[in-house]
Amino acid sequence: MISEILTMNGYGLYVWSAFAFTLLNFTLLYVVIKIQYIKEKKKFIAKFGALNSERAKVAKSQSINKEILSNTSTI
Amino acid sequence: MFKYFEPNKIFSITSKAPKYVLFLFVIILTVGLIEALVLSPEDYKQSHSVRIMYVHVPAAWICLGIFSMITFLSVIGYIFKIRNFFLISKSLAPSGFVFSVIALVTGSIWGKPTWGTWWAWDARITSMLILSLFYVIYLIAWRIYDNNDKAFKITSIITVAGIINVPIIKYSVDWWNTLHQPASINILSESSIHVSMLYPLLIMTAAFTLFSLLIFLMKYNTELIKIKNKGLDRL
Repeated sequence: MISEILTMNGYGLYVWSAFAFTLLNFTLLYVVIKIQYIKEKKKFIAKFGALNSERAKVAKSQSINKEILSNTSTI
Repeated sequence: MFKYFEPNKIFSITSKAPKYVLFLFVIILTVGLIEALVLSPEDYKQSHSVRIMYVHVPAAWICLGIFSMITFLSVIGYIFKIRNFFLISKSLAPSGFVFSVIALVTGSIWGKPTWGTWWAWDARITSMLILSLFYVIYLIAWRIYDNNDKAFKITSIITVAGIINVPIIKYSVDWWNTLHQPASINILSESSIHVSMLYPLLIMTAAFTLFSLLIFLMKYNTELIKIKNKGLDRL
């Protein structure tokens, strides 16, 4: 049964390589986009931390900034 | 109506959604892979090589769908000056490009056992390659003219030029003699594909759609934070 799934009547190499290529691309794209996200978020936190109290207050009044700071999820 | 598309309003949703989409994607992909690789039957003519269809066809459908969506959003965004539509288009492009590459490469892998060749300058394959190139040009344009009015104009022109190719891809198998078979799935008429193959195909399409949604959300959030970073610089 397992051997049949792997060899697929001689077509196993084609089928498995097509699926592997797809999943590899999925993983690569996910990792690249995630790295970009983390990088931008780190930059935002660093910039926010460097603001003086008055500017930080202005920045914090925007709901989206609060969301970025509160959302700790890295997905 | 367009005020509902303001980034400030939707960020609270888009920032929380990816983890749920990822969870759903993993479940549906697992089911889809089991169906596609184990449970679905082999074809009487193509034998097991038909299983490549379960990654090739959804990838092709989604990359065509995404490009059509990008064009629609770019044109509407340009006419009504809605910057957020450009941001959405820009965030959709990476997954659209990757799906076009997957469609081309898996099609090539499928071509070897079926047609005896990895590549042919056939109408469907060539028009699909052109679509990939349009994705590349579109992504490069965003790199060059990063988020300014010129970028909106140029990317809109690119998508309008590229959309001409979409019906060519769809109808190339009917208009010209190609190696590709005509469409097996029709919305308006009866499909020639058996349900035992149709269900895995639909499950894999759902999984791929969720993946493109996941990438879109992550990219969109990244773009929003990038804009907010520029906003902090101006404070």
